[in-house]
Amino acid sequence: MTRGVWGWITTVDHKRIGILYGVTAFVFLLVGGFEAALIRLQLARPDGAVVSAGTYNELFTMHGTTMVFLAVMPLNAAFFNYIVPLMLGARDVAFPRLNALSYWIFLFGSLFLNASFFVNAAPNAGWFGYANLTAKQFSPGANIDFWVISLQLLGVSSLIAGFNFIVTILNMRAPGMTFMRMPVFVWMTLVTQFLIVLAFPVITVGLILLLFDRFFGTNFYNPGAGGNPLLWQHLFWLFGHPEVYILILPAMGIVSEVLPTFARKPLFGYPVVVYSGMLIGLFGFGVWSHHMFTVGLGAVVDSAFAVGTMLIGIPTGVKIFNWIATLWGGRIRLTTALWFALGFIAMFLMGGLSGIMHAAPPVDMQQQDSYFVVAHLHYVLVGGSLFGIFAGLYYWWPKMTGRMLSERAGRWNFWLMFVGFNVTFFPMHFLGLLGMPRRIYTYAGGLGWDLWNLVSTVGVFILALGILVFIGNAVASLRSAAPAPADPWDGRTLEWAVSSPPPEYNFRNIPTVHHRDELWALKAGRAPVEAAPPPPREIHLPPPSFYPIVVAAGVVLAATGALTHLALVVAGALVVVFGAYRWAFEYRSSLGGGLRPPSDASPRGLRGQSPRSSGPR
Amino acid sequence: MIPGPARVILLLTSAALLLAGCGLDSPMTTVEPKSDLGRAIHELFMNISGWALLIFVVVEALLIGVVFAFRDRPGREEPRATHGHLGLEIAWTLVPVIIVIAIAVPTIATIFKTNAPPPREALAIEVTGHQWWWEVRYPELGIVTANEIHLPVGRAVSLSLKTADVLHSFWVPQLGGKRDLIGGKLNNLTFTADVPGEYPGQCAEFCGVSHANMRLLVVAQSTADFEAWAGRLKAPPAPPSGEAAKGHQAFLAGGCVACHTIQGVAAGVLGPDLTHIGGRKTLAAGILKNTPDDLARWLKDPPATKPGALMPKLGLTDDQVAALVAYLRSLK
Repeated sequence: MTRGVWGWITTVDHKRIGILYGVTAFVFLLVGGFEAALIRLQLARPDGAVVSAGTYNELFTMHGTTMVFLAVMPLNAAFFNYIVPLMLGARDVAFPRLNALSYWIFLFGSLFLNASFFVNAAPNAGWFGYANLTAKQFSPGANIDFWVISLQLLGVSSLIAGFNFIVTILNMRAPGMTFMRMPVFVWMTLVTQFLIVLAFPVITVGLILLLFDRFFGTNFYNPGAGGNPLLWQHLFWLFGHPEVYILILPAMGIVSEVLPTFARKPLFGYPVVVYSGMLIGLFGFGVWSHHMFTVGLGAVVDSAFAVGTMLIGIPTGVKIFNWIATLWGGRIRLTTALWFALGFIAMFLMGGLSGIMHAAPPVDMQQQDSYFVVAHLHYVLVGGSLFGIFAGLYYWWPKMTGRMLSERAGRWNFWLMFVGFNVTFFPMHFLGLLGMPRRIYTYAGGLGWDLWNLVSTVGVFILALGILVFIGNAVASLRSAAPAPADPWDGRTLEWAVSSPPPEYNFRNIPTVHHRDELWALKAGRAPVEAAPPPPREIHLPPPSFYPIVVAAGVVLAATGALTHLALVVAGALVVVFGAYRWAFEYRSSLGGGLRPPSDASPRGLRGQSPRSSGPR
Repeated sequence: MIPGPARVILLLTSAALLLAGCGLDSPMTTVEPKSDLGRAIHELFMNISGWALLIFVVVEALLIGVVFAFRDRPGREEPRATHGHLGLEIAWTLVPVIIVIAIAVPTIATIFKTNAPPPREALAIEVTGHQWWWEVRYPELGIVTANEIHLPVGRAVSLSLKTADVLHSFWVPQLGGKRDLIGGKLNNLTFTADVPGEYPGQCAEFCGVSHANMRLLVVAQSTADFEAWAGRLKAPPAPPSGEAAKGHQAFLAGGCVACHTIQGVAAGVLGPDLTHIGGRKTLAAGILKNTPDDLARWLKDPPATKPGALMPKLGLTDDQVAALVAYLRSLK
């Protein structure tokens, strides 16, 4: 393994890329959180003067864009990268260098987007960027250009990763790991990647049309010249609604791993949970117009999309019942990971129920674009997605770092976040019902909004304290915590069969899978223990490469050119072509680049595990 | 059809909310509707809320109960490995199906009710959104005004909604739901206010830097009061005298006429019609009260009050401002 910074830059190891994703996304989670805190400070009192109107509009636009594309999606990607190949019993993803490319484009795209702050042109038309406010006529600055181009870059990154993981999951499963033996997290990853490769092209088209309107004077969204601003809404939400499931399904997968492990029971109704996930993903493509109930599409269209939306409640409800049934009769160890998973169920349920309310178009006429919807979406994306991600962080941290996190600090972490989250977002239901619209930088006193706004602002700081406890916990863990055993939680899936952190090659011998909860079966002696084959003399691993970062740099150079000078676009394109060409022929003559596993280590992998590992309970 | 236990909880919660609602003045509340549209929406909202509350209580109680009952304690045996149960799966698929049907039926009924075409006798009002104010026209009455809509209680009004620039959304919460103003599309919102009163509203679709400053006021009044108001607006304002006459000159001499209409005086179209501005209750799209001080403040520096406003800082002297205030306030 190449060491030092160069090692990280040229790495194609899925585990290292996972950590890169995680660290980058966490930094952007803090950035987006900081933006949110400024928003809440501005709204703490009527006629707030913390930031100007223009700055406020940049803040809420960047908060939404950052949290969706730079925080929650890549935090999920961190787990896809690190955990999925391990769960599959694979040595890496199918296309390791593409995996690196996807990370570098994500990083550069994120930096490009945030660079807009430094030239005083941060995007300011909302994360949804409704036409025709985004037209050159109404948004003449570079703000929207930054947004359009960054989203295109991030879309490229997501699409690359999406195809990579689909191929990985379909092709890299260990022998014996049939589809219905895959861990639910892998299943939800697979569904998510299909959503990504089907939904992102739609927003790509929408963004290209917008780009043409802004750069070349076309009129796709210009009603004055025969264009149609509603086209944007359809394209955006045809992407945007599946995007919600792209954000939430991985969390559902994480919860489906955490609950059985700590209840010490297999997941209840595994096939039903899997099919429900697929159905949610499928239905997610047929409900986009429920974001457009105030557009006036007519009674028939509204009715169809209302019923379609309500139908999603059925597989979602089925999942929740199966999770509770998993806990039923278990021996529930209340670890921090489990607390977050329980928090996920409790809070996601609330987000789902408020969602059913504005699934009814007449009710949505009152709630659309009000703080009621702000409350709803944060119950889904913070109480849901983010709590799920934290469950995953506490669950897999020992595997990813080789260190344990403090459970004591973890409990503080959870309860501070749980209380802070509810104090912040529950009052927003009241604000919405009392008529407070979203995206207003100021409001007058005397509308009955003052108290709830103040309460909500206080909540943000409790929530932030919870995040701070996590950071402290993480730092303390990396500095001085006890080394983590291979299997601290008595896990069920293959990632717990290898050391913490796993060796670069993951598995000395690729395991053969016989059960859904393979490791439990092995530990209980229910799976056949085959005679250990001799460890391979040499394990082939993809060698490091710096062409992914070169190609990514070319892409972002071209993007910068779009905002400055055509010459840079050409230069960027040349760098991309050069990088891709060298990439293609990089290893045609060195297929050998293998790795010798340490010969002194006793055979690890699946054999040699005691039936009950001795991790902390 | 709200299930029994939910009805009790709903009643208690509503009572609590009502108490809170009485304690706080909430002129933009959605839960005390003052029109047929608002009531239809609210009835459906309460119906669905009942189901939501029932599901919430049952599932959260189940979750907490299960975690409490099966938490790890010394002496607890290793759990039996159960993998699923077909009967249970069917049961908890069917229960949500039934609830969805119970919600969908009244929802669709309400959708068609709220989308019904406006009745023939409805009062037609044209509302055009601008960044960041509302143009209001009564085509049958020949009235043009801005940011303040008067309507008679008990008679249906049919709002034709369109935009002059970007998307906006018309929302007066106490009178019912919102509807978007979209370029290239004519939208309609029909309702009948049934309680006289002043109902503030606000643009609900993000429309640029001063989106927060695009408010409006709807005044629902008795037929007699409405007709009196309409009569006043149909007549031209009284000719100015004294300080107001000075203001009239300043209005003509300054840039005002380029953008504003005052019947018989100027015919600009970029800004709101000012023919009867003196009689309006608010200024600058509902963000200022119509007082001499606020009017002067607005005239001195409009973008300071409404960032991005098309009306620039005109560099008026204090004397000019005083004269203009006197003139504009005389336009009733």
